[in-house]
This record gives sequence, structure tokens and C-alpha cells, in this order.
Amino acid sequence: MKRCLFLFLLVALLASAQEPAKPRVVEITAKRFEFAPNVVTLHRGEAVTIRLNAIDHAHGLLVKPLGIDLDADRGSPDEITITPAAAGSFPAICDHYCGMGHGNMKMTFVVQ
Amino acid sequence: MKKVAGEFHRSKGEVMASFDRRSFLRLSAASIGAGAVLQFFPSTAHAATAAKLLGKRTGEAPSPFSIVQLSDTHVGFNGPPDPLGTAAFERAVDMINALTPQPDLILFTGDLTHDSEDSAEHSKRFAKFKEIAGHLRVKKRFFVPGEHDAALDGGTLFREHLGETHQSFDHRGVHFVALDNVSAGRPAVGKAQIAWLKSDLARYSKETPIVVFTHRPLFDLKPEWEWFTSDGDAVMNVLAPYDAVTVLYGHIHREQQTTLGNAQHYAARSLIFAFPDPATAAEKKPLPFDASQPFRNLGIRRITDSGSRLAIDDIELTKREVSGANGVAQLLRQGELL
Repeated sequence: MKRCLFLFLLVALLASAQEPAKPRVVEITAKRFEFAPNVVTLHRGEAVTIRLNAIDHAHGLLVKPLGIDLDADRGSPDEITITPAAAGSFPAICDHYCGMGHGNMKMTFVVQ
Repeated sequence: MKKVAGEFHRSKGEVMASFDRRSFLRLSAASIGAGAVLQFFPSTAHAATAAKLLGKRTGEAPSPFSIVQLSDTHVGFNGPPDPLGTAAFERAVDMINALTPQPDLILFTGDLTHDSEDSAEHSKRFAKFKEIAGHLRVKKRFFVPGEHDAALDGGTLFREHLGETHQSFDHRGVHFVALDNVSAGRPAVGKAQIAWLKSDLARYSKETPIVVFTHRPLFDLKPEWEWFTSDGDAVMNVLAPYDAVTVLYGHIHREQQTTLGNAQHYAARSLIFAFPDPATAAEKKPLPFDASQPFRNLGIRRITDSGSRLAIDDIELTKREVSGANGVAQLLRQGELL
């Protein structure tokens, strides 16, 4: 009985060790002409999934230094998992032209 | 046949001494005030011979001519950064009509209209654009869309009024390619158009001078200001084998010259408010309107091809005789421009 319990615990331990931790998911909503939230804080070395949800029109989310280049259609989210390497403040833009206020559609990623 | 790096080889096997093929189509810039004018003419002692040789290889030898580039007219825009509406565009038309000799071609590099949520209103703006452009004496006019023309409807209105959003044609030994990098909504040319470009260029020798005109820059000029094309590298890779590539674009509302590999990239001034220098400005905000110099920083471009050299004159609309306190009134009068 003790042997069975030991084996069970060993298998459970190995299984948990092999299963990578799921990245934190950051949901960003895009609508004309704003992102919500408009400031997102990330941490160096921490994997994070950025998911873009467009609710009224196709929108983009572009932050070249962080490798983020998403395109979401209305009702069809887009996502990417990144691991920021350097700290700093990174401006993000919508790069999918969405109308007269498009040029003001911006947000910021802060990597600590 | 002996091959020597950096030299040009005649088909008979002779080496044309120290001839640099890239000098065959070279641009020089000079400011004159309203858009841009390109000129081609011989720049080396061997240019005439080289022109003949190019003619044999491409079927048509380069010969002297000039073209004008106009960009970012934004017909329909009316706001604080530029309260004069289409005045700069109309002045540019008058300026071009006064050029001697007349250019062979006019290239418009996008944002011809300012978009509207109301499709009927946007269509009226296209009609107004065509009405003003129709006053040009030069009848060979070519257009590519900007995002304000085509991004919201995928180019439907643009096609209705002005035809296809990409095309190519030959003119006096130069191959011209119009690329659409806005209709997809995002700054991209797209796989289908890149495949078309590849097949379009396949029939040309690598010595053929190529002029590409498009709206957005085909390289990362300032991505955080949306001054880039996401698949611009893929486009330039298709163009990389060609010795003399000139890319004319708009979008950034200011002059800019960039050399990347064999390609020269030139942005033309706009015909509505200018943007600041991204190297020194913290934000992308239009330069404020100055009533004493209403057309400052706006202009056209003349490009002249004289057979072996492509010369660019960037022409600012504001000329000394129409600047100053009476600038607006003078500029709004017709027939006193040059």
C-alpha cells in the first residue's frame, strides 16, 4: 500500500513538473478610437499572452520593440505570447485604419 | 567574357571602362516649392552609349523626359492645421501648367481625398479631386490610393472613380509600377500583389530603370507614427536584383530621401498641412498653420529623365513673390504663379 502511494505521488510530481505554467493573459479591447486598458504593465522575463478583441471594426495593435503585431476583426480576436526582455515604456498604436480618430488610438506597455 | 566587378559589359564582350550602371539613373534634388519633378539626363561620358545598350536589352532606350509627383491633397479636409482646403492643390495645378516643357506624366501618391463615414460625401470628394486634377494640361495621370481614400471600403470608391489600385506601364525606357499598400486596411501590400509584382518584373533585365510609386514608405521610417509598410521588406526583396530602383511615396507630408541597397526612396511634400521631422519631434502633430506663409512646406515634385540621370526638383509652393503678409491673397489669385 505504501509502495502504491509512493508511486502515485512520484507520478503526480513528475506530471506537474513537466506541465509548463500557463502565461498570464492580458485582454485588451479595441474600439474606435481607444484601447481599454490604455496602460498595461508587464514584467521582464515573464511570459504573457496579449489578446486583442475588436468590438466595432477591424483594429490592429503594433509595438515593434516588443514583437507585438496583432490584427483583430470584429468578433475574431488575435493573440500573441511574448516574454519582454528589456524594461521601459513602449507606445502602441492601432495600425489598421479605422476612421477619422484613428491617429489618436494609442496605448502604452510598461515593462518593469 | 571577362567579368570585372563594378564595370559594365557590352554584349559583344568589351568592358565599358569604369561605367557604374547605378549612375545611369540617379536623382538629384533641388527645392523649387509645390510637389516634385523628376528628370533623366546623361551624367557620365559613357551615358549615351549606355543608353543605346539599355535600349537593346530592354527594347526601349531611355530618352529625356520629366514627370511630376503630387501627394496628399486630402480633398474634403478643412480644419485648423490647414484652413485653405484645396487652395494648395489648385495652386500646384497652376504651377505645373506653367512648366516648360510640360512633364510627360503626373503621378499622384495617395490620400487624394479625405475620408468620410458617409459614402456619398466621400464620393463627392473624389469627384472634386477629379475636377481639380482635370485642369492639368498633362493628360497622362496615374494614381495610387492612400488610407484616407481606400482603407475603410477596401478601395471600392477609388476604383469607381480612378481605376485599379495597382498597375504597371513603360515610358521611354523606364518601367513604372504603382503599388497599393493601403486597401487592406492595414499597411500592407499583400501576398497576391507581391506575386503579381514578381511576375510583372520577370520580363525585364536587371538594368531596366524602375520607378515604383506608392503611398506609404516601403521601409520602417517611423513605425510608431505609422510610417512603414508591414511587408515592405518582401517588396524590396523582389526589387533587389534591379540596379536602378526609385521609390516615390507620400503619406508623411514632408520631404525625405533614404538610400537602401540599390533603391532610392523619396517622399514628396503634401498639398495640405506638413508633419514635423520625426528625428526631432516628440509627437506626430501637424505643423501649425502660418497665415503669413500659408503654403510653407507644401509642394510638388518634378522628376526629369534625360536618358541616363533622374533629377528631382522638390518645389515648395511658397515662392518669394507670394510670401509674406499678402501671401494668402496673392496665392488665391490666378495666373500670377510663375
